[in-house]
Amino acid sequence: MINPKPATYEPAPLIEPGHTFGSITDKIGGVVLTTKQPLSWIIVVSIGFMIMGMLGMAVTWLLLKGTGIWGVNIPVGWGFAIINFVWWIGIGHAGTLISAILLLLKQGWRTSINRFAEGMTIFAVMCAGLFPLIHTGRPWLAAYWLFPYPNSMSIWPQFRSPLIWDVFAVSTYFTVSLLFWYVGLIPDLATLRDKAKLKPVKVAYGMLALGWRGSARHWQRYEHIYLLLAGLSTPLVLSVHTVVSFDFSIGIIPGWHATIFPPYFVAGAIYAGFAMVLTLAIPLRKVYGMEDFITMRHLENMGKVTLLTGMIVGYGYISEAFFGWYSANKYEGFMILNRMFGPYWYMYWTLIFCNIITPQALWFRKVRTTPMGLFAVAMIVNVGMWLERFVIVVTSLHRDFLPSSWGMYYGTVWDWMTFIGTIGMFVTFFFLFVRFLPMISIFEMRTMAPAAKMKESEGH
Amino acid sequence: MDSSAIRSRLAGAEGRLFWRSLGELSDTPQFREYLHREFPEQASQWNNPKGRREFLKLMSASLALAGVGACVKQPEERIVPYVRQPEEMVPGRPLFFATAIPFGGVAAPVLVESHEGHPTKVEGNPQHPAALGGSDIFAQASILTLYDPDRLQSIRFRSEVRGWGDFFSAMKGQLGAQRPRQGAGLRFLTERLTSASAAEQIATIKQAYPQAKWHVWDPTAKAAGAPSATYDFTKADVVVTLDADFLTGGPAAIRYTRDFAGRRRAAADAEAAEAAEHVMNRLYAIESTPTLTGAKADHRLPLRASEIAAAAQALSGGNGSGTFSNSAAQAFIAAAAKDLQAHRGRSLVVAGDYQPAAVHAIARQMNEALGNVGVTVTYGPSVDINAGDHAASLRELTQAMHSGQVDLLVILGGNPVFTAPADLHFDVALTKVALSVSLSMFPDETAFVTHWNVPEAHPLESWGDARAFDGTVTVMQPLIAPLYDGKTLQEVLAVFIDAQTGKNAHDLVKEFWTRAYAGTVPGWTFTDPTGQPFKSADSFWRHVLHDGWITGTAAAENGGRRAEGGNVATSDAVASTSAQAPAIAPGPSSALPPPSSSGLEIIFRPDPMIWDGRFANNGWLQELPKPFTKITWDPTAWMSANLAKEKGLIDGDLVELRYRGNTAKLPVAVVPGHPEQSVTVFYGYGRQVTGRVGSSADATAREFDVYKLRTSDALHFGTGLEIAKVGRYLLARTQEHHLMEDRHPVRIATVEEYRKDPEVIARFGERPPRTLTMIPDWDYSQHYKWGLSIDLTSCTGCNTCTIACQSENNIPVVGKEQVDNGREMHWIRVDHYYEGTPEDANSIKTHHQPVPCMQCEKAPCELVCPVGATTHSAEGLNDMVYNRCVGTRYCSNNCPYKVRRFNFLLFQDWETPSLEPLRNPDVTVRSRGVMEKCTYCVQRINLARIDAKREDREIRDGEIVPACASACPADAIVFGNLNDPNARVSKLAARERTYGLLEELNTRPRTTYMAELRNPNPELS
Repeated sequence: MINPKPATYEPAPLIEPGHTFGSITDKIGGVVLTTKQPLSWIIVVSIGFMIMGMLGMAVTWLLLKGTGIWGVNIPVGWGFAIINFVWWIGIGHAGTLISAILLLLKQGWRTSINRFAEGMTIFAVMCAGLFPLIHTGRPWLAAYWLFPYPNSMSIWPQFRSPLIWDVFAVSTYFTVSLLFWYVGLIPDLATLRDKAKLKPVKVAYGMLALGWRGSARHWQRYEHIYLLLAGLSTPLVLSVHTVVSFDFSIGIIPGWHATIFPPYFVAGAIYAGFAMVLTLAIPLRKVYGMEDFITMRHLENMGKVTLLTGMIVGYGYISEAFFGWYSANKYEGFMILNRMFGPYWYMYWTLIFCNIITPQALWFRKVRTTPMGLFAVAMIVNVGMWLERFVIVVTSLHRDFLPSSWGMYYGTVWDWMTFIGTIGMFVTFFFLFVRFLPMISIFEMRTMAPAAKMKESEGH
Repeated sequence: MDSSAIRSRLAGAEGRLFWRSLGELSDTPQFREYLHREFPEQASQWNNPKGRREFLKLMSASLALAGVGACVKQPEERIVPYVRQPEEMVPGRPLFFATAIPFGGVAAPVLVESHEGHPTKVEGNPQHPAALGGSDIFAQASILTLYDPDRLQSIRFRSEVRGWGDFFSAMKGQLGAQRPRQGAGLRFLTERLTSASAAEQIATIKQAYPQAKWHVWDPTAKAAGAPSATYDFTKADVVVTLDADFLTGGPAAIRYTRDFAGRRRAAADAEAAEAAEHVMNRLYAIESTPTLTGAKADHRLPLRASEIAAAAQALSGGNGSGTFSNSAAQAFIAAAAKDLQAHRGRSLVVAGDYQPAAVHAIARQMNEALGNVGVTVTYGPSVDINAGDHAASLRELTQAMHSGQVDLLVILGGNPVFTAPADLHFDVALTKVALSVSLSMFPDETAFVTHWNVPEAHPLESWGDARAFDGTVTVMQPLIAPLYDGKTLQEVLAVFIDAQTGKNAHDLVKEFWTRAYAGTVPGWTFTDPTGQPFKSADSFWRHVLHDGWITGTAAAENGGRRAEGGNVATSDAVASTSAQAPAIAPGPSSALPPPSSSGLEIIFRPDPMIWDGRFANNGWLQELPKPFTKITWDPTAWMSANLAKEKGLIDGDLVELRYRGNTAKLPVAVVPGHPEQSVTVFYGYGRQVTGRVGSSADATAREFDVYKLRTSDALHFGTGLEIAKVGRYLLARTQEHHLMEDRHPVRIATVEEYRKDPEVIARFGERPPRTLTMIPDWDYSQHYKWGLSIDLTSCTGCNTCTIACQSENNIPVVGKEQVDNGREMHWIRVDHYYEGTPEDANSIKTHHQPVPCMQCEKAPCELVCPVGATTHSAEGLNDMVYNRCVGTRYCSNNCPYKVRRFNFLLFQDWETPSLEPLRNPDVTVRSRGVMEKCTYCVQRINLARIDAKREDREIRDGEIVPACASACPADAIVFGNLNDPNARVSKLAARERTYGLLEELNTRPRTTYMAELRNPNPELS
């Protein structure tokens, strides 16, 4: 679509006019400090909690019976667990990207969304972290044997294995993301401490605020550490999914053994992450009336990032198909044809529809500025990214080198319960976070208010 | 409490007395004691400071220990040393005993490995001429039957447990009644038997009771009137089979496979100079149901079973143009006939067991005319002591039973209630027998309805004897005392012989053979292997037990034929059909069956794995993939792709088979290469009464009883079958895809091509240069360098390696559902590939490829294991460290050969006590969540290493034989040290036809394959 009046295009503001420091604090802090929650919150958390209970049941049965309750087999040794792991890790990317990289790039619009995006990251990584552990045959041993702990037998992990790299990459990423999130929360926790009326709430936030008094020295140290953590997080955003992609690209299985994987995975992760941020932001701003802070400008920008990363992912698909042919390797060539026209063809083409066709709608400003449209696209992309991991994991393994060992893979009811269960866990944690912590950074939002701009111009 | 105490207390009370119970009221010391111990167990400890401390101590200790105890339940074991060490027994070292496992009455000669008194593994007897070290799936699997917890465990009379003495006196009572009637109401029913001692016992019984009759029924017995022949494949240059599967299905196949495959291998590896003397044999298979023999054939002609006779005649006449309109069949028969004639005295025509006597007669005439008799084939009396027409014998028995003439029926082995042809209604007849006895290993259909059930001793628990297919007398000795109340055939027969009262199986067998040695049993002459007479009876018997067989008894004539089974009708009429004048030799035989009527043909075959149903409770055999279809646990009806299309059927459709008024159900399997308008059904499934493994959970599988369709007049095939789809049925396969997809895992060439240009094999793939690696090479030159060579020219795809490996390495059975999930545990599998178009049965070529671990030098699995649970040994083995494995399954994903197996659930049976002695104590029993795979039988390597170190020498070539190689009847698998240039495996690895599977991936596999060479007739290609 050609915009008839490009010159007059004025992006929506980052914060709707009319807000003062006080109104911002009340609006955001009020969600936390009120005793009343919208009915929708109670419903969502209840459902989420029940689904999380289902996860508990599925994992308990898994530990009692063994991995065999899932659909994994020989040749498809990895199934839902690894698909879900990569999917959740991917979702966990946007948070840190928004916090760190956009901070370093001085993208002011990150302010409204970074807090809950970081929360999303933490919870997504928690969901992801569950899977590598429970997918093993003997999780009670895998829980610590994968770490290089000193022991009397002098046995170390096998450092050539990408799974070990994974352990380090994911645990580092989780730690740094958590720190980054927590450090960013401190000034707001102090605000909540000051605003809280009930004693126990005051004490709780007071403990969490670590004695923040908002002195200039505090602010100076805060700015330092926040910038440092941003600098530390930035390479992690790239490294985590690069390492996750090594799980596949180090293998010799056609469909895995590809050099395109690291950038393709990182782009896919950001793509999935932004889709998930949109998925969460659009209902949140509606339910809590945060349209003033999460404006159309934010949604539109996230739509643009989604479109861009979607295009990179699309390039990845095309390059896979191209090299399948160009390599003149019969296994590679077969692999790509098998993906497109083999028994899992419907997965592949649904994936193409979800991840390449659908985001093209974001070329239209109309779509980018319609919350419902954006939400629909984001949900489709979420599904598409899960399918992408399914296609990579399953369709590569199920028909590899020797036709005699070809097989099929289907998830069982336990696979689905575990997967949906982690969604319940995510929802539960996320909405508890919304309830007990400010979902938008109060102090950073205050810097967006017109009053702050005025002060700044007076010489900050 | 007593009322007087209460009364006295009430009397002595002052004021109002309140009481809550009579116990309180009586206030006896016991009641005070009871009150004191309100917590009766430990209460008083609380008042005693010392005791309380003790109590708390114990309590905390037991709580702490409860946590420890929860980890692994350690079984209670008693370790008792030998007071007197048995001779030759070294704890930890197995002993081997020679014995035999009869199959269809014929001995499969075996050596059985015994660990501290319990047999764990069956190997072929390397010295026995009928085995030469090879074995088959049935012999390998028999060890599992021995320990089967579902075996019949006690003597029962009308389902009540009785003793042997009860049985004995019951039989004596019956015999007392029969004696005045000369045994007119006494009937024996046995399976095929070759035991000379049993033959003598039966003869003795028949002397005492002249009116008693002995019947025989084996559902897989060869067609009535077919001559007994033994073949020598070492001398046959051209072999034509007429629906004969000489490579599987019985102990003879072990030796035939060895000879046939040995010829192929020798020719394939002959140097150019000696090529002329090593001509590769050429096999033409004319067959109905696809068999492994047909798969191995250089040319295969699929015909309906009823057309085989015509084909035999056409072959005999020199061309098929008069018989077949099909040009392929005409050309095939003409070429085969020409080839036969060009190889007079060096050729062989083999007729199939399930073809009628007429086909056998034609084959015999051809062999005689071609001068093959005495060279490649020997016709002689059958080794069976009761050869004859089984169907007629059983029919006669059933008629007698129906008419109430049978007072006592003794069924010795077999399961006739299940296996008898439907038209005889054996089960109904059995109800009219006054008293019936069955000797069986399992509580089966027959045991269910007979009055007396005697548990049969397993061959590994038995003293006995049987003859090998070539007549060699093979003596069975027990490896273990009967686990239950098992009795042998000889022991049960002895009940009916006054002179043998109270003799046990050992005495009966030893006494018979000692008498045979002494010459008091007519017809036997024994010499030791050097041809000299034995020194003494004792030396003879020791020699026999050591070797397991008696030298020089191969000729079936030694020992004479006994015709005790006088009522077993034998019709030699067919065999003596007069010779006429044909092209090869005699012409059209007058005894040919009428030409096949039109309509759909049904072919009955025993199930390739559970045979006539007797192995239904054997999980190893149930889970062994059936040839071609690779289906486990279920039978199928085989048909061609065209017939399936015509009937609108696909794999897994459940069909109802209607034949001669009877019905049965079977799932469909489309088998390329199956003749048109013909359906093969396999009997043995649909068991109604059997153990836990064999009895199917779902009702549908109980309708798979094909015996219900079988009639005694046409046991092996007939026409008039109708099929109709009635539903779908889940089939669990270990292999789904049977095309090579242009990847050449099996490299194939003709022997001509290969001799002209040996590089033809290497050109199928690409071998990367050895420098192409980032990781420095390990120097193997200072160590052993183990390698395995698998010769695809020899391999027949018989699956014996798979089951031998299962037995050696404690591999669990996972069940149908798990096989369907792709979780079978076999460490060595036999892959199967087709070539050709499924619609054209003539075009189908079939290839087999056993796939164990490749033990890659650059193993992709090792790199990716996060905990280093799979690592490389200095000798190049890819070792699996079970107790380090956490089960990420990454290694399996990254294995291009997919030979790794994962314990997705607790597949191993840790509970059943009788299965514990089955396990090889040298191999870890794996638990849940652990990856496993082929180890090249590292326990055998280490055993040899210990021996070699103790004797301060290198391990000799051939000292280590992995279970697969040891069991292989074709000798296709060779293991050894690749650093030793004189080792057999090194020589094989140096051949031009050796290649590595997927070697283009630079995995540098230690397991290598030798390409499949075939010898097609240039006229037909």
